[in-house]
Amino acid sequence: MKFTVSWLKEHLEYDASLEELSDRLTAIGLEVEEITDRAKELAVFRVAHVIEAVQHPDADRLRVCKVDTGEEVVQVVCGAPNARTGMKGVFAPSGSYVPGTDLWLKPTKIRGVESNGMLVSEREMGLSDEHDGIIEMPEDTKVGASFAALAGLDDPVVEIAITPNHQDALGVYGIARDLAASGFGTLKSLDTSSIDGKFKSPIGVNLNFQNADPLPCSKFAGRYVRSVKNGPSPKWLQDKLRAIGLRPISALVDITNLVTFDLGRPLHVFDADKVKGDIQARLATAGETVLALDGEEYKLDGDACVIADDANALGIGGIMGGELSGCSEETTNVFIEAALFDPISIATTGRKLGIESDARYRFERGVDPAFVEPAMEIATRLVMELCGGEPSEVVIAGNGPDWQKSVELRKARVKELGGIEIPVEEMVMILDKLGFAPEESGEVIKTTVPSWRMDVDGEADLVEEVLRMHGYDNIEPVALPTENAVAKPAVNAQQRRVRIAKRALADRGMMEAVTWSFLPRVHADLFGGVPDEIVLVNPISADLDAMRPSLLPNLIAAAGRNHARGFADISLFEVGSEYHSDQPDGQIMVAGGIRGGQTSSRHWAGSGRKFDAYDAKADALALLEAVGGPAGSVQVVTGAPEWYHPGRSGVMQLGPKNRLASFGEIHPRVLEAMKVKGPIVGFEIYLDNIPLPKSIETARPPLVVSDYQFVERDFAFEVDADVSADAIIRAARGSDKKLITEVSIFDVYQGDRITAGRKSVALSVRLQPTDKTLTEEEIDAVAAKVIGSIEKATGGSLRQ
Amino acid sequence: MAPFLLRVVMQDIEKLEQELLTQIDEMSDLDALESLRISALGKKGSVSLMMRGLGQMDPAERQTVAPKLNKLKNTVGEAIENAKAALHAAALDAKLAEERIDITLPVRPETTGRIHPISQVMDEITEIFAGMGFDVAEGPDIENDFNNFTALNIPPEHPARQMHDTFYLPEKEDGSRQLLRTHTSTVQIRTMMSKKPPHRIVVPGRTFRSDSDQTHTPMFHQIEGLVIDKTSHMGHLKGVLAEFCKSFFELDEVTMRFRPSYFPFTEPSAEMDIRCTFAGDHVKVGEGDDWLEILGCGMVNPRVLAHCGLDPAEYQGFAWGMGIDRIAMLKYGIPDLRAFFDSDLRWLKHYGFVPLDVPTLGGGLSR
Repeated sequence: MKFTVSWLKEHLEYDASLEELSDRLTAIGLEVEEITDRAKELAVFRVAHVIEAVQHPDADRLRVCKVDTGEEVVQVVCGAPNARTGMKGVFAPSGSYVPGTDLWLKPTKIRGVESNGMLVSEREMGLSDEHDGIIEMPEDTKVGASFAALAGLDDPVVEIAITPNHQDALGVYGIARDLAASGFGTLKSLDTSSIDGKFKSPIGVNLNFQNADPLPCSKFAGRYVRSVKNGPSPKWLQDKLRAIGLRPISALVDITNLVTFDLGRPLHVFDADKVKGDIQARLATAGETVLALDGEEYKLDGDACVIADDANALGIGGIMGGELSGCSEETTNVFIEAALFDPISIATTGRKLGIESDARYRFERGVDPAFVEPAMEIATRLVMELCGGEPSEVVIAGNGPDWQKSVELRKARVKELGGIEIPVEEMVMILDKLGFAPEESGEVIKTTVPSWRMDVDGEADLVEEVLRMHGYDNIEPVALPTENAVAKPAVNAQQRRVRIAKRALADRGMMEAVTWSFLPRVHADLFGGVPDEIVLVNPISADLDAMRPSLLPNLIAAAGRNHARGFADISLFEVGSEYHSDQPDGQIMVAGGIRGGQTSSRHWAGSGRKFDAYDAKADALALLEAVGGPAGSVQVVTGAPEWYHPGRSGVMQLGPKNRLASFGEIHPRVLEAMKVKGPIVGFEIYLDNIPLPKSIETARPPLVVSDYQFVERDFAFEVDADVSADAIIRAARGSDKKLITEVSIFDVYQGDRITAGRKSVALSVRLQPTDKTLTEEEIDAVAAKVIGSIEKATGGSLRQ
Repeated sequence: MAPFLLRVVMQDIEKLEQELLTQIDEMSDLDALESLRISALGKKGSVSLMMRGLGQMDPAERQTVAPKLNKLKNTVGEAIENAKAALHAAALDAKLAEERIDITLPVRPETTGRIHPISQVMDEITEIFAGMGFDVAEGPDIENDFNNFTALNIPPEHPARQMHDTFYLPEKEDGSRQLLRTHTSTVQIRTMMSKKPPHRIVVPGRTFRSDSDQTHTPMFHQIEGLVIDKTSHMGHLKGVLAEFCKSFFELDEVTMRFRPSYFPFTEPSAEMDIRCTFAGDHVKVGEGDDWLEILGCGMVNPRVLAHCGLDPAEYQGFAWGMGIDRIAMLKYGIPDLRAFFDSDLRWLKHYGFVPLDVPTLGGGLSR
C-alpha cells in the first residue's frame, strides 16, 4: 500500500518529521517497506536562465549556451532544438547524477567546446518518455528554485506492508485513523453528507441468488449521474495516482481509483448508455464469458459472481469490470456501483481466474460493510465536482452481512498477556480512537467492534490493539523462570542418535548433504517404489513428484552432479527421513551414504584403491558402534534390497525380523538408469530399528583382564568357494567358547594353485586362559576341536 | 730370568701397546675392530698370552711385569671401547644422513568430512534453548489438514492459506488429503494434544512450500518454540528471544524491535527485527542503522489452545518460529540459499563444519 505524505495530511493533522512518521507506522504494525523522497533525489535539478544560446562552431545541431544557475554563469553545450536565448530551463551541474541516463555529469568538451552540466529533458530526469526537447519553465519562474518543488514532486511516497488482518489500512484514511489512535496527530472527519437525488435512477439494481449463504454479493448500491463530461482528470488527481504508481485514465475511472486507495472502498462506473435494462448481481452460468477491462476474455464457472444487465454479464463482481460497459471519454451518463462482495467468493473466483486487482485484494480481505452509502456520496460528490452532471436518487438492493459484534476486555488481561501495566484510561482512549466505543463496566471494558475491523472477534484481539498502540517496544524483557533445578537433556535417545550419526559419518571422511525429501518418481521406482498416496498432486516440477523411499537416489544424483563438475571421488551421506506411507509411522529415520571413485587421490606414496562393498560395510558397522548399537553381535547375511548388486551386498540384522542396515555396491542397472557412472557403494542404516543402549549401570560390565598370556594358532582350510567367511569364524568360535576370544581371517586365496570351485581361507585363533598357563597338550586339544568344528560346518579340510 | 730378558719383556709389552694402539686407531669398521679385540684380548690373544707368562715368573719379576701388563690390557681395552663408540656414532650419523626425507612433501591424502551448516546451526540453536529448559520435539513431515491449518486457526478460505503454497497428496475417499507441512507449528498442536502442560519445546525440522526462486526453495528448515503454562507473557517472550539473539550472534547486547504483525495462530502477534548494517553482500548483525527481520512470534491464540483441548482461561503462553537456512546464511555469510541443497562437494567443504565442532554452551557455540 502506497501513499504520499500530503495525501495522509488530508486526513491527519500532525506535526512530525518523515522519520517520526515512518517509525510510528512500523511501531503500530504498518511496516514501512520503502520511502521514496523524489525531492531528495532531484534536489540538484534547479531552474536556470539561458542568457544566451548561439550556434556551435563545429556542429549544426548543437548550441552553446551561457546559463545562469542563480549561483554562477556556466557554459553548456546543448543539443535540444528548443534551447534558445532567454528561456528558463532545468539545469543539473557537473557532479550530478542523471537518473534517466544513469550517468554522472562531469566537465567535458563537446566538439572542442567546453561544457559544464546539462539542461535536461523529462526523460533525462526519469520523469517520463518526453525527449523532444529540454524542459521549459514559465518565464516568471525564479532562477535557482527547486524543480521538484515546482513540479509537485516534493511529496515523499511511503510504501507499507499490510498484514492480512488489516484490511482497514488499505485506504489512506484508515492509516490516518490508526496513527491518530496511537497518539500521532488528530484525525480529520470525512464529509459523507448525502446529496439529494434529482430524479429516479432509470437503471434499477437486483440481487439474484437462489439459496446462497452467504450471498456472494450482499448489498448493491447504484446511482445514475446524467450529463457528465468525462475527460482527463485534473492535475492534482493525476499527480496523486501517478505518485502511487497508477496510470490516470479518465476522470470517472480515476475517481473510482482514488476512492479505492483513499478509503479502501472499491467502486465501479458503468457507461449508463451501454447498459441494457437493469443491473443485477448473480452467479455466472457455467462457461459464460466476460471481456474484462484488462482486455482478456475470462471464462467463468457457476461459482463466480457477475454483475449483469438484462442481456449480458458486464463484469466480474468485485474483481474487474467489463470492457464493453466501461466508461470512455465519450461517456455522458454514468452509473456508479458501490457493492459488497463476500470475501471467500471473491478469493475463490480471483484465484481461479488468476486476476490480481486492487478491488479483489480489498474485497477478499473484507471491505467495511457499513461504508456502502457513505462511499456512494463521496463518489457522487467527486463526479459532480470533476465532471459536472446531475445525480439520481440512490438505488439499493440487499442489506449487507450482519457484522455487529460486541467483545469484552477484562482489564487485567492486558497485563497478564502483555506483561505490562497500562492505565485503564489509556486503554479506553485507544479503543475509543480506534472506533470500539468502549464502556467501562467493573472489571471489564465493553466494546462494539467497528464495521471496518472484521478481524477482531475476541479478547486477545483487543489486548493486541491496546498493546500495539501503546507500543510493543515498551514491554520489558523478562527472563523465563527456571523450571528444573536439575538439568536434563533436551534431546531424547533417538534424537541424540541422529546427532551422533551425523558426526560419526563426517568423522569417517564423508560430507554431509541435505537433499530434497522428494525426487522423480522414476527414481523412486528404482528404489522399491512408493505408493500413489505419497506422490504429490502439485509438485514444484514434474521431476520432484514423489516422496523419497530411500536416501540413496538423491545422493547418487548428487554424485552425478559432482562427476559432471569433474569430481570423481565422492563420499556423501545424509541423515534424514524416508517415506513409505502418508501416515506418521510411514516416515522412518535413516542414515544413508554413498562412496564412489578412489579411496584417495593419486599421490607420491602410491595411489588409493577403488571403494568397494567392504567400505560400505565398514561404514555401517562403524555407525552401529557409534550409536551404541550391537556392532559386535549383528548378523551379516545376503539378501539386500533390489537396488544393490545381488552378489556384492548384504544386510545386518538381529534375527530375520529386525533389519538394522543394508549395504553394498549399488546395482549397475540403477546407476545406468540414473545415468551416473559407477561403481558406487552405499549403505542405509535404519536408526529407529537399532535397540537403544542399556542403562548406564549395565551398559559396561566390569573389565576382567587375565594374568596369563594368550596363545595364537594359525590354520588354513580348503573349502568350497561359496562357503562364507562368517560360517568359518562362527565354527571356530563355537568350538571352545570359553578359551577362544578372537578369530580373524588373514588370507583368502582362490586361483591356480587350488582346485577350481574351492578356496583357501587362513585364520588366526586366539586362546586366552584365565586361570593358568596352557600346556602344549591343552593347546593341541583346542586346535583339534577348531579343526573338527570347521570341517564339520563347512565340509572343508585342513590344508597340510 | 736374566735381567736383560726382563728388559726385553718390558720392551715387548711397550712395543705391543704401541702396535695395538696404532692398529685400533686405524680401524674403520666394527667387525675388524672386533677381530682385533679378539686377537689382542681374547683367550689366545697376544695380551692374554703375555698375561699367561706371568705364572712362570718369580714374584719379584712378576711385581715388575704385572702392573705393566695390566696397564697394557686396560689401555688397549679402553682404546677398543672408545674406537667402538666412535665407529657406532659415525655409522649412526651416516645412517641418519642416508635416511633424510623431504619433509616438505605433502602428507598422504586423508579424506575429511564435514557437517552441513543446517545441522550445525540446528545444534547451535537447540543448545541455546536447552540451556533455558526447552526440550526438542519433532513431528512428521507429512501432515493432516487439521494439524497444519485448522487447529492453528487457519480455516479453509482464510487468506493466510494463500501465504502457504502447500504441497498436497492425493485426495482420499473420505475427501481428506494429507499435505507436506508448511511450518513446524504442527508440532505445537501435536504436543499440546498429546501431553499435559506446562510445555517448553523447540521444534527443528523440514518444511515445504511450493515456491522456488532465488530466495525460496520448495524445502527449507524451520525452528519453532512453544511455551505453555499459566503465567508466561510477552515480557517472557521478549526475554527468551533476547537471550537467544545474544547467544546465537555472540553479542553482549543486541537491539531488538518488536513490530505488531499478524499470524492466525498468535494474538497478539509480532515480528522481531534486530539492528544490522548492510555492507555490500554482507550483513553485520547487532549494530547499525538498518533492521533485519529475524522471526515471527506472539502469544498463542486462545482459539489454538481451545482446538487442542486446553482451557484458554487457565492456560496461556507464547510461540515463535524462524527459518534455519536463512539464519545460517546470515550468521555464516553464505550467499545462495539454493546451494544448501545442491550437495556440491566444493560448497560442502567450504561452508561445512569439522565433525568435532560440536556446539555446546560450555565450550562455545560457533567457530
